[in-house]
Amino acid sequence: MDLSRLEINRRTALLTSAAIAANVINPMRAFAQETPRKGGVFNVHYGAEQRQLNPSIQASTGVYIIGGKIQENLVDLDANGQPVGVLAESWEATPDGKTVTFKLRKGITWHDGKPFTSEDVAFTAMNMWKKILNYGSTLQLFLTSVDTPDPQTAIFRYERPMPLNLLLRALPDLGYVSAKHLYESGDIRQNPTNLAPVGTGPFKFVKYERGQYIIADRNPDYWRPNAPYLDRIVWKVITDRAAAAAQMEAGELHYSPFSGLTISDMARLGKDKRFIVSTKGNEGNARTNTIEFNFRRKELSDIRVRRAIAHAINVPFFIDNFLGDFAKLGTGPIPSTSTDFYPGPNTPQYPYDKAKAIALLDEAGFKASGGNRFALKLLPAPWGEDISLWSTFIQQSLGEVGIQVDIVRNDGGGFLKQVYDDHAFDLATGWHQYRNDPAVSTTVWYRSGQPKGAPWTNQWGWEDKTVDATIDNAATEVDPVKRKALYADFVKEVNTELPVWMPIEQIFVTVITAKARNHSNTPRWGSASWHDLWLSA
Amino acid sequence: MRILSLAGRRLAASIPTLFLILIGVFLLLQLAPGDTVDALMAQMGGGDAATAQELRKFYGLDLSVPAQLGNYLWHLVRLDLGFSSIYGKPVATVILERLPPTILLMTASLSFAFFFGLVFGVIASRGVNRWPDTLISTLGLIFYATPSFWFGLMAIVVFSVYLQWLPPGGFEDIGNVQTGIWHVLDIAAHLVLPTLTLGLIFLAIYLRIMRASMLEVLNLDFVRTARAKGLDETHVITRHVLRNALLPMVTLIGLQAGTMLGGSVVVESVFSLPGLGRLAYESVVQRDLNTLLGIVFVSALLVIIVNFVVDLLYARLDPRIATEG
Repeated sequence: MDLSRLEINRRTALLTSAAIAANVINPMRAFAQETPRKGGVFNVHYGAEQRQLNPSIQASTGVYIIGGKIQENLVDLDANGQPVGVLAESWEATPDGKTVTFKLRKGITWHDGKPFTSEDVAFTAMNMWKKILNYGSTLQLFLTSVDTPDPQTAIFRYERPMPLNLLLRALPDLGYVSAKHLYESGDIRQNPTNLAPVGTGPFKFVKYERGQYIIADRNPDYWRPNAPYLDRIVWKVITDRAAAAAQMEAGELHYSPFSGLTISDMARLGKDKRFIVSTKGNEGNARTNTIEFNFRRKELSDIRVRRAIAHAINVPFFIDNFLGDFAKLGTGPIPSTSTDFYPGPNTPQYPYDKAKAIALLDEAGFKASGGNRFALKLLPAPWGEDISLWSTFIQQSLGEVGIQVDIVRNDGGGFLKQVYDDHAFDLATGWHQYRNDPAVSTTVWYRSGQPKGAPWTNQWGWEDKTVDATIDNAATEVDPVKRKALYADFVKEVNTELPVWMPIEQIFVTVITAKARNHSNTPRWGSASWHDLWLSA
Repeated sequence: MRILSLAGRRLAASIPTLFLILIGVFLLLQLAPGDTVDALMAQMGGGDAATAQELRKFYGLDLSVPAQLGNYLWHLVRLDLGFSSIYGKPVATVILERLPPTILLMTASLSFAFFFGLVFGVIASRGVNRWPDTLISTLGLIFYATPSFWFGLMAIVVFSVYLQWLPPGGFEDIGNVQTGIWHVLDIAAHLVLPTLTLGLIFLAIYLRIMRASMLEVLNLDFVRTARAKGLDETHVITRHVLRNALLPMVTLIGLQAGTMLGGSVVVESVFSLPGLGRLAYESVVQRDLNTLLGIVFVSALLVIIVNFVVDLLYARLDPRIATEG
């Protein structure tokens, strides 16, 4: 037996395993030495076809995942979640917050060869963002005009102060520019360009076969040097989640965005070395699971009952057993991923406490007769399997404290109509989407005076003057520090009153091939332009 | 001429039924909560009330229900199926695009099920209660009892993920578009798994029917006569028994042509095929009334045509039916 040899072997083995460990801990180190490779086709899972592909008139991930590669926004978010210029090179606001000036990048052309100018920005802002784009119409409500003194300057004029940090955090989603010369005549919604988009982005639209696939090819005249790397992107329409997972395994798909696979398939592929399963790159698409209370039911208008319901549900148990690593305990309407506005966990919380729940219900005067206090109708939204599991968990948890819950399931259109228009619910549960700034799509859940029928808004029959005032002040507060403080007040107030409870925080899950490089490197990567994405051999 | 008059009579009888079905579907969809604008809002992830109102006007939903129905029927009489709200083009175009994959899948799996159902049914009936019969009947039961989405997924896992023999989904190879005969072969390769998945369940039914029907006919007097006059067994089976035993099978085909269109929603979704089943499902979820009614209309037409062909086949198989008709 040669001991020295054995020693060497042991040392080599240790070194090798240390090297492997280092790679596992810091995979980026291994990639850093690779030189980007040009070429290749990137196949993307497209789960739900939309009616059109232009992100200037529809703000949804289903549009960004395609339109966001073809058209570009004024600004996007960088790796640290800070605004970075895309079509805009720089920006500044006047101290009163009523004027914001954007300087645009020079020498950019549309895919059809026409030059990109401030005229395009002005046209898109006034006719699409302000009039058609969902959330855009609220954001730009007080936009009065966009001046274009020269082709590289666009001056946005507002009737009321527009906080610059709100605008810059909203524009990555709500600031995609369309070509004026293609949209100026006729009805914008019916324009055929919406289904064959023309943009300034790294990929040029080629073909859309409805129900099958969409193809976009490399834009050789793209303004960023050496970009993009990929030759082609193909989006494949696959509505069945299990079939999409099989296609990932068969190598027919490289990427399934926005939690497109079933929870069990994502957990399974996470153990497979060929894939990376992670929430990274989706921080800008955080959402919270909700319980929405209808105050028209006298039981639910009693704050003790709402708090009792929250205390009766063991949220950490639900997350551990049903959602796993893809979710965490939520603390209110502003998720912890929002570094600019998250007020911390020290706001009123409702930890699991069955005895307290029972005591609160007794105190409210709803005594159990024959084990039952009262019955509630729960409407779960059909968006994801987590909502379905969560609604069953609510049903069983509330059953334990004597509240009988009947679950009424609907499809998307039916759910929105029954909850937000007909108000035919006692409890509803779905997702609240947080869009980087609370003023974009969060405060509408609490501000009174929402028109009947507007989905994902305060339709609870609840009104609170203090909360309304806080929301209004924060929306026009120009000082970022004061704004953050106002939103902390807002979270405290709504967590005390509890018209909606948001106890779970989730980020979308990405499943992507381990061959992809420069992926998931921004907080809204699924929606980003992918100009630096490449595939290793 | 006889065929033409038969066709004419059939068509005349079908038109009132067709209208009743369309009105029924229209009213049924009114009962579903929400309209196509609610569905669009659900897809967009939000929108304000003013936009919603504008969109309702855009889609013609601001009219009363009877006015909408009247409008639809008036367009239909002029053979105009209307405009699809999810696709933004005429319904007729949308359906025409989706028809070829559906018909291809339907005829392929029906022929597969019919042919193998016939062969296995005959083999089972020849060896009744012996091992071939037991084996075939057991297999048939398994095929019949297994849900088609599971069959489809397992077929993908085995043949596409592990063996990598066949593509896991889609209608054609998008990466490198083929031409001529290679294109045909490419589509055929994509259709093997869906055809088998959809066909296996029907195969199970066909072989049961064929077996029972064969056993019944084998006991009839004319079979004994045929044997008595010295015909060999093959002749007896093919010339005398099979022809008579086929009638229930042909009836079944006519009935199932309609089911096949509906049943393919699952198979089309699992294999990502752009067929009518998925289109119908999407139209319901998106409350796209025009498209859904258009599909009902086209499906009904298909069923009528298939049943007409079945009637003609009856006459060919059994001349007694023709003379009585």
